[in-house]
Amino acid sequence: MNAPENLKYAKSDEWFDPATGAVGISDYAQNQLSDIVFVEILVEEGEELTVGKPIASVESVKASSEIYAPASGRVSAVNKGLSEKPETLNSDPYGEGWMIKLEGGAAGDLMDAGGYETYCEGRAH
Amino acid sequence: MTYIPISPAERDAMLQTVGVKTLDDLFDAIPKTHRFPQLDLPPALTEMEAAAHLADMASSNENVRQDLISFLGAGAYNHYIPSVVDHILRRGEFYTAYTPYQPEISQGTLQAIFEYQSLMANLTGMEVSNASHYDGATAAAEAANLAYAQFRGKRKKIVLSPAVHPQYREVIRTYSQGMGLETVGDDIENSESGPEAVIPHIDEATMLVTVQYPDFFGRIYDYADLIKTAHEKGALVCVVANPTALAMLKPPGEMGADIVVGEAQPFGIPLWYGGPYLGFFTTKKSYVHKMAGRLVGETMDARGNRSYVLTLTAREQHIKRERATSNICTNQGLLALAAAVYVSVLGRQGLREVANLCYQKAHYAAAELEKLKGFSLNRSAPFFHEFVLNTPKPAGEINRYLLDHGVLGGYDLGPGMKNQLLVAVTEMNSKDEIDTLVALLKEM
Amino acid sequence: MANIVEPTIFELSSPGRRGVTMPASDVPTTDLPPQSLLRSDLPLPELAEVDVVRHYMKLSTFNYSVDGGFYPLGSCTMKYNPKINEDACRLPGFLFSHPLQPAETAQGNLALMYEMQEWLKEISGFAGVTLQPAAGAHGEFAGVLMMAAYHKSRGDTRRVKMLIPDAAHGTNPASVGMLGFTVVTIPSDPRGNVDLEALKAACDDTVVGMMLTNPNTLGMFDEHIEDVIKMVKDCGGLMYGDGANLNALLGIVRPGDLGFDVMHFNLHKTFSVPHGGGGPGSGPVGVSQRLADFLPSPLVDIVEEGDDEIAPLYGFVAPKHSIGRMKAFHGHFGGGLVRAYTYILMHGADGLKDIAQYAVLNANYLQARLRGTYRIPYDRICMHEFVVEGRFDGSDVRALDISKRLMDYNFHPPTNYFPLIVPEALMIEPTETENKDTLDRFADAMIKIAEESQTQPELLHGAPSTTRFGRMDEVKAARELVLCCWLPEGYSDQ
Repeated sequence: MNAPENLKYAKSDEWFDPATGAVGISDYAQNQLSDIVFVEILVEEGEELTVGKPIASVESVKASSEIYAPASGRVSAVNKGLSEKPETLNSDPYGEGWMIKLEGGAAGDLMDAGGYETYCEGRAH
Repeated sequence: MTYIPISPAERDAMLQTVGVKTLDDLFDAIPKTHRFPQLDLPPALTEMEAAAHLADMASSNENVRQDLISFLGAGAYNHYIPSVVDHILRRGEFYTAYTPYQPEISQGTLQAIFEYQSLMANLTGMEVSNASHYDGATAAAEAANLAYAQFRGKRKKIVLSPAVHPQYREVIRTYSQGMGLETVGDDIENSESGPEAVIPHIDEATMLVTVQYPDFFGRIYDYADLIKTAHEKGALVCVVANPTALAMLKPPGEMGADIVVGEAQPFGIPLWYGGPYLGFFTTKKSYVHKMAGRLVGETMDARGNRSYVLTLTAREQHIKRERATSNICTNQGLLALAAAVYVSVLGRQGLREVANLCYQKAHYAAAELEKLKGFSLNRSAPFFHEFVLNTPKPAGEINRYLLDHGVLGGYDLGPGMKNQLLVAVTEMNSKDEIDTLVALLKEM
Repeated sequence: MANIVEPTIFELSSPGRRGVTMPASDVPTTDLPPQSLLRSDLPLPELAEVDVVRHYMKLSTFNYSVDGGFYPLGSCTMKYNPKINEDACRLPGFLFSHPLQPAETAQGNLALMYEMQEWLKEISGFAGVTLQPAAGAHGEFAGVLMMAAYHKSRGDTRRVKMLIPDAAHGTNPASVGMLGFTVVTIPSDPRGNVDLEALKAACDDTVVGMMLTNPNTLGMFDEHIEDVIKMVKDCGGLMYGDGANLNALLGIVRPGDLGFDVMHFNLHKTFSVPHGGGGPGSGPVGVSQRLADFLPSPLVDIVEEGDDEIAPLYGFVAPKHSIGRMKAFHGHFGGGLVRAYTYILMHGADGLKDIAQYAVLNANYLQARLRGTYRIPYDRICMHEFVVEGRFDGSDVRALDISKRLMDYNFHPPTNYFPLIVPEALMIEPTETENKDTLDRFADAMIKIAEESQTQPELLHGAPSTTRFGRMDEVKAARELVLCCWLPEGYSDQ
């Protein structure tokens, strides 16, 4: 699995970029979900979020998952193109697959890349 | 009578393999005080005896083919069912299969449902159809679930036309009681009011407007203006449609409807005292993820054959559990097949003929009944195969009189509309039957 | 290879071809409604009757069915459907009775429904039964609505939590979700029972009730069922029984006697209504005395007592605090109730007990035959079904591969990937209508497949290879989302 160093990670597999405020799901998460066929962003630009609020709903052929805000703040951007190309979440989870951008808030209780990798390894069965 | 194909010797051998002495020993986990109750049920019958008993029960009904002349509709219609429909339904390969979870060995069911979906989408003028719901009323209730999910609970108001089938409105209320929805618009039972009475109820809090086409009283309205208003307020519109009428009338999709549902019983499904029937559900592609129910989609197998699978299953209850739009699990598979065979074997010409016969005969009946002293029709809107007859006496009284003469008169709209009878006429009613009805009412 | 595909009825259509023709009108002609209300085109297929018959006959041969072979789909009770049921439900008196015709002209139907209510009460030990729900999930929804209405009627509005074991069907939490309650998942203990400690911790005065499938989806009858029920009731909760697995309990124990308050029946599982390729089902609901006033409306009752000479008069009545109507009309009468009624009528009390006993014998026999070859995570005497793990040490073969390979041996696979608490689950329910030879052939095939998983795993990964269709591309279906077909472009101009 791949977990860029510059990002922070939630236990529920979201990543947060403290530099840009971008939020998405991790490589581990997209791999677990397998082929993603549907994504719906549940929040709108300008909305104030608290940590843990549902921000998106993702479905693959065999699973479905809610995505939660890993940080608080105001939604400054929403990746509107994502619903047209949900497979982007599989192919580029840390790039084109970003979901929303947050500003003016604070990160929740997040792990760094190393901590997250250890956490994921512990979950493999 | 038993259907257990195990001999006593085989049973004993199997018990030995399991490691217990008797069948009763398999049930030690059951609390002893309640184990093996003696059930008080009638003694078992053989097949021959059961067949005779059932025939007796069935014949103690008066049915609308052999015993009664029927002008009763109100959501269930007596139509001709071509022979071929039941011959296909009786194929054990269809009726003794289950939900096509294993597509490699379920392509028959899957393709039939795909065809059913296609037929319904073409008929309603919509982009997609699901694999069906329990009946028209529950399909209408599922439309409310779709709208609720679409607005993520932010809008909670349903505007219901009073000219939607009363039982459908009851079911919508039953379904929505847990979600804190508000249902408005249908508090006055008044057949005189059309869509113009519904429009003022639509506002920015409205998630769904539900109307019927033709409406419960048989009338045909173009809902384009109502739909335009609803869309301006951001609300969705569900049209409950009669499928037979759609063979003649402008499809609700052309009027801009977001959801078209209805009862497909008229398509090859017997009256059967109310069920099982077939609720169809069609919508726009953009709402497909919020739509409940099974969906069949086209794909390819590993050998390059075009084939079909259940698709978007991750939005259903077995994966989404408490987050699913609906708990629906089954569809009405076999009856969706009945509808597909019915539409296929009648085809575009035959179906048009059915619709035209219904229309012509209903209008002949209406014209003749209207001539009778004391009877009248409200002709403010065109009608299809059902109409409200204003009667000089309470409709209940008229129905009792007609029944004494072997005629099911129609649906008594009382107590709210007590001198009004909802009369349905289909291709099954001959001119002689209509003339009999008219003659009886003249003599009354 | 791609030569077995059957065209759709749209592709088979040819302009001007006719199937069934309707008679000419025998009444004077009336003008049609204004043009603006008419449709310009009716884009439906045109075929002759023989085209339609051959098409659907061909499609039928693509299906696996109970009439065609062994169908051990766990939790679905795919038993043989007696043919007499088919004739019974097509008797003209049933087929052609209108749901709104006056009760006095439908006494045969109403008597059947009344007796069915009484029989289901007797079989389950409940005080009241509604026949209205259209399917198991629909019955479940009705049951949860009644539980909510009961608490509300007592002004007990704090109750928002529904307790559901981790082995439950997805319909349980989904039904609860439709009412906006919170689901609290209760784990199972190592013997497949409800974990009593976890249950105890969850029980408080905010509990609506518990939804319990017993035997559960592991096929295990809960060994502490009376304790479980007592705990839920002691905190003021109601006990919901999922009747999906009632086949194991007929004449063995009555859920009402154990203290359940509400349970749905699946007439299409337990009482041999055919599954129809996914419906219609039928899901009556039984309730204890304290929920009887909340049953969906209407019920069938005797409205005028009879005597030795005259039969009683049956009619519809509304329960006092009914949750309302679940669907239009009165339930799945013809295709559901008549078939199930016929089945119960032919079995009687002893016959029903035989069903449960042999269903349980067959499951235990298969379990014994597979023990040692397949890992059985909850290994004790099972009820009507059991669950094995579809995986082997040192092999990348999965439950899915085993399932697909079973098709090559001409068996329908068990339910796979359910219940969720067993990795690579294969849930096997043979039912009572299979003979020992069939069970042995199935066990032999399962054992052979276990061998193949070691010697020729590629056979399993590539399976099925002998069926007419191979594995499907489910990702393509979900991404392209082709849900309908249409007549070819320009068809109507031809």
